[in-house]
Amino acid sequence: MPMKLAKVTFATLTILFLVAPLIAILPLAFTSSVILTYPIPSWSLRWFEELFTADAWRRAIINSLIIGTGTTLLATVLGTAASLGLRNRLIFFRGSMRTLFLLPMVVPAVVLGVGMQVLLAGFGLTNSYAGVIIAHTVVAVPFVIVSVTGALAGIDERVELAAQSLGAAPITVFRRVTLPLAMPGVLSGAVLAFATSLDEVVLTLFVAGPNQRTLARQMFSSIRENISPAIAAAAFLFIAATVLIGLVVVLSRSMLAKRR
Amino acid sequence: MSAGSSRTGRSLILLAPLLIFLIGFFVWPLFSMMSQAVSDPAVLRLLPRSAQVLPDWDRKSPPTMPMQAALMEDLKAVDDDQALGDMVRRLNSARSGFRTLMSKTTSALNDVENPPADLVSIDKRWERPEFWLAIADALSPLTDRNLLAAVDLGRNAAGDIEHLPADQSVNRVILVRTFWIAALVTFFCACIGFPYAIIAASLDGWKRDLMLGAVLLPLWTSLLVRTAAWFILLQEQGLINDLLRAIGLINAPLPLIFNRTGVIIAMTHVLLPFMVLPIYSVLITIPKNLMPAAASLGAPPWRAFLRVLLPLSLRGVASGSLLVFISAIGYYITPALIGGPGDQMISSIIAFYATGSANWGMAGALGVVLLVATLLLYSVYARLSSDEPGRR
Repeated sequence: MPMKLAKVTFATLTILFLVAPLIAILPLAFTSSVILTYPIPSWSLRWFEELFTADAWRRAIINSLIIGTGTTLLATVLGTAASLGLRNRLIFFRGSMRTLFLLPMVVPAVVLGVGMQVLLAGFGLTNSYAGVIIAHTVVAVPFVIVSVTGALAGIDERVELAAQSLGAAPITVFRRVTLPLAMPGVLSGAVLAFATSLDEVVLTLFVAGPNQRTLARQMFSSIRENISPAIAAAAFLFIAATVLIGLVVVLSRSMLAKRR
Repeated sequence: MSAGSSRTGRSLILLAPLLIFLIGFFVWPLFSMMSQAVSDPAVLRLLPRSAQVLPDWDRKSPPTMPMQAALMEDLKAVDDDQALGDMVRRLNSARSGFRTLMSKTTSALNDVENPPADLVSIDKRWERPEFWLAIADALSPLTDRNLLAAVDLGRNAAGDIEHLPADQSVNRVILVRTFWIAALVTFFCACIGFPYAIIAASLDGWKRDLMLGAVLLPLWTSLLVRTAAWFILLQEQGLINDLLRAIGLINAPLPLIFNRTGVIIAMTHVLLPFMVLPIYSVLITIPKNLMPAAASLGAPPWRAFLRVLLPLSLRGVASGSLLVFISAIGYYITPALIGGPGDQMISSIIAFYATGSANWGMAGALGVVLLVATLLLYSVYARLSSDEPGRR
């Protein structure tokens, strides 16, 4: 049937378009050549070595870990607390607050970057880790909110009421019932927050100084200025981390689904 | 009642930290960016004494002695030639003749041996209220100059809004280009994404998982990695050119990078998941027996598609298109790395004004244009997706 053939061809080509670019750059991470082209003359780990020993790249990796950890902690705490607060349907402006919490996802990064640089300069926070962590937290919080409110919505409120009626104090209900049930959502929110920080370039361009260059920022400028297979090696690490992160999110989602 | 109010109190305490954080570091930055766009305190800073005297003037009669004395004091105190030059340029654009008047006045004021008694004795033009009017207007810390300039408008000598001359009209070209590139990307995403979502929704089992996984993998992959991948693939010695040459389709490498083609290809790849997922989520809520029902009533497949599937899935296409378009107009990284100088979008220009030339006024004004466009489109999107029944 020609219709079916057309469908299969179209689907295959589109899958190829979506996935092939990501797969095509993976082998280049292991090239021994200094230029990023096929065919690969011989295999080597020299670009991973470069990544972990060259000063600029090593610093960038360390900075990404510092800033990513700070962002994850701050965004997860703020976002989880706010998601718990949003559960109360009696709160005034509940809808507007939710919109405000999600809006950083929508506002173009460059616009936020300009404002952030003006503001942080006023506080003397440009070129500081604190400034970069704050900026990354603003854009990471929506992911925590989406993920945690989703998990909280799946909790049967009767379970909490049962604990309460059995004499548990609100804090005990939270610690022993609500938090464990929401944990998969909190964890996947934290992972998404870390991933957001890891990938953030534009805000970093505006607020970070030369000492806070992150891995993404370093990749951006080396694609721009002197492209080398170190990019492919960094991309390899990113994709490997993505697959790992994806597994964590999928696992925690399926844990959540089982609980329901 | 007391249990309810204590619960409300607890909720507020939980909400407060993030609320304060976002007001401080999200709303306030956007607000200060907007105020950069409309504020221009440069003249006010240079002429503080005049700023105190001029508001008392009735804006019609010839200048009073205190006004002249204040302006003389201010001009004598100016030690920043750059700022003085900027001010004169601004005054001259409001009132031609200011340039010669000012240079004559400042050199007369620097004459220590016989200091002038008042401004009118230096030049008769200081008697005319028009020149003072220009100063009084320039003293206002608020200006619409940047906002008008962001869309290539300006004020002429009479204060009316008019188009800037063609050699200064760069922003509108970039705005049109931004919307055009975003529209093209949205179009290509819809052309690929809609049929893809239809096929995915019609399948089940591992085939559907494969099709959805192919969308989710790039979505989860770092934007930078995807852009780097396209950079590597599209370059002159890249995989695509090598492949086409190996097949024998082309003899010389196609120019795919640092031009519009590359930007469109890479952005379509990056944004395609945002088109597929909303359409897919609408399609799976449509009962599967509708198309067979249409067929059994005698509708040929194309007719069944046009009359049944298309109207039902249109909302998904609309929200997907809006999502892609909104994301596309704010794009910075992909055009910056894959595009040439002629493919830079509004974000690049904002970044250039902000970091390259430290022109915060223009950066803020273009930022306001982009922000307003984004928020308007987003409110349409939010309305569209909020009354979607099957979506959570």
